[in-house]
Amino acid sequence: MCGIVGIYLKKKNLHQKLGNYLSGMLDNMSSRGPDSAGFAIYNKNNSSRTYKYSVCCPSDFDIKKFEISVGNEFKDILIKSVSDHLVISTKTSPKLFLSFLGNNYKELKIIGYGKSIEIFKQVGNPKEIVKKFKLNKLQGSHAIGHTRMATESAITLDGSHPYSTGEDECLVHNGSLSNHNNLRRKLIKKGKKFDSFNDTEVAAGYISNQLSETKSMKKTLTKCLSNLDGFYTFIAGTKNGFAVLRDEIACKPAVIAETKDYVAVASEFQAMAHLPDVNKAKIYEPEPGVVYTWGN
Amino acid sequence: MGKLENLDFKKNSLRNINNFLQNIDFKKNLREFVIRNPSGNHAICAGLKEDISVNIKGHVGYYCGGMNQNANITIEGNAGTGLGENMMSGLIHVKGNVSQSAGATAHGGTIIVDGNASSRCGISMKGVDIIIKGSVGHMSAFMAQSGTLLICGDAGEALGDSIYETVIYIAGTPKSLGADCVEKKITKKDLIKIDELLNIGKIKKIKSSKFKKYGSARKLYNFKIDNVSEY
Repeated sequence: MCGIVGIYLKKKNLHQKLGNYLSGMLDNMSSRGPDSAGFAIYNKNNSSRTYKYSVCCPSDFDIKKFEISVGNEFKDILIKSVSDHLVISTKTSPKLFLSFLGNNYKELKIIGYGKSIEIFKQVGNPKEIVKKFKLNKLQGSHAIGHTRMATESAITLDGSHPYSTGEDECLVHNGSLSNHNNLRRKLIKKGKKFDSFNDTEVAAGYISNQLSETKSMKKTLTKCLSNLDGFYTFIAGTKNGFAVLRDEIACKPAVIAETKDYVAVASEFQAMAHLPDVNKAKIYEPEPGVVYTWGN
Repeated sequence: MGKLENLDFKKNSLRNINNFLQNIDFKKNLREFVIRNPSGNHAICAGLKEDISVNIKGHVGYYCGGMNQNANITIEGNAGTGLGENMMSGLIHVKGNVSQSAGATAHGGTIIVDGNASSRCGISMKGVDIIIKGSVGHMSAFMAQSGTLLICGDAGEALGDSIYETVIYIAGTPKSLGADCVEKKITKKDLIKIDELLNIGKIKKIKSSKFKKYGSARKLYNFKIDNVSEY
């Protein structure tokens, strides 16, 4: 099953409410996915040169020691620690910093990076995960989230959404793909790396790869229609907004609510029943095989 | 529980609300009810048996009015997947749009949708009359066995695929027809039926003469008598 949610705020003065809105949406989607949950929050940095790296630490990881030694290596480093996740801010380029982490801290799981994105995900009930990562207090311009009912792979962090396979990019998926093994092999040949055997990670990799070629979310998702085989409703996040696509058979649900203040997307209406003025919103189902984008 | 004022999802659970409506105490002479704050909950008004009226103030989730018998349910909003699934009789009127598989396998009664219906509207319907004032999505009336689907707008791809005895009336255009679905000649009897449905749906803008009729060509495998010997 799985539940997917997304919210894009049209007005800056609402940015402080983003976490609050999204936590309610994830909460309400626990019924569709009780196994794990995750979310990506987009909150632009003050400095346009600073990157944020979202990582998950093992339970016995010494965060204090890590802070000191990384601080010695990179002087501008700032570390935000929430539960078992760290968001590390530095101006160091991804190429340098990711290889530094990969070489020196193999036990850390890098789940995403970019100038805007912060990702948190973990196994467990969405209600608890929302509390654990204090989502309620997080701010930003847009966010996407996922509650998982595991089908294609095990209930692990590796199997949890969102999947980020490029700078400030991420994907959540309701459905299952049938040609992901073949596509994974093709993408590996093109130099993409994958951490799991999950079908959604392949779709995320495919989208990142296409985005780097076409530079257009609309074109990229249109290509998904001919190259991804299976069932899906996708919400794909980028630095400036997100996009929604349902496969042409459209077995997997989605509903969009749009007001002057926000655009909300979810698997079911009940995920957004708590949003302000939702009863006055323009509510519709995205058409099968049609790409919808906001802010891109 | 058991109190009229508690038919509010902010104050009571789905189970209690449905239980109350499924077991009406007619000694109290109650026939009309209002449900507040449905908030997209699933299975609201499922399994109602009595001749009562329920007005739902807001959007509902999946399977609203499923298995309905006799009740008259009005939804002042949108409805999710499987509206009136396997309904036997009664009336469901949705003032907004409905999601996929509205009226699936429904045996009787009437469904009226003021807006649009998504894909697979009337899938495997078995006698219900469905009136859609807007358009329907792809694969509508798939394997539809009996009853009538009246569409005032257009239809998506593969309308009436593998259809049996259901009759489809459509004022707009189907994007494509499914296997074994063909256009048929409108008869006087058809016009009477269309007028009856337009009347039930209080539709005045479209005349019955605007509608085209689609149904089964009866050419698929199971319609051929020669194939009986296979069994």
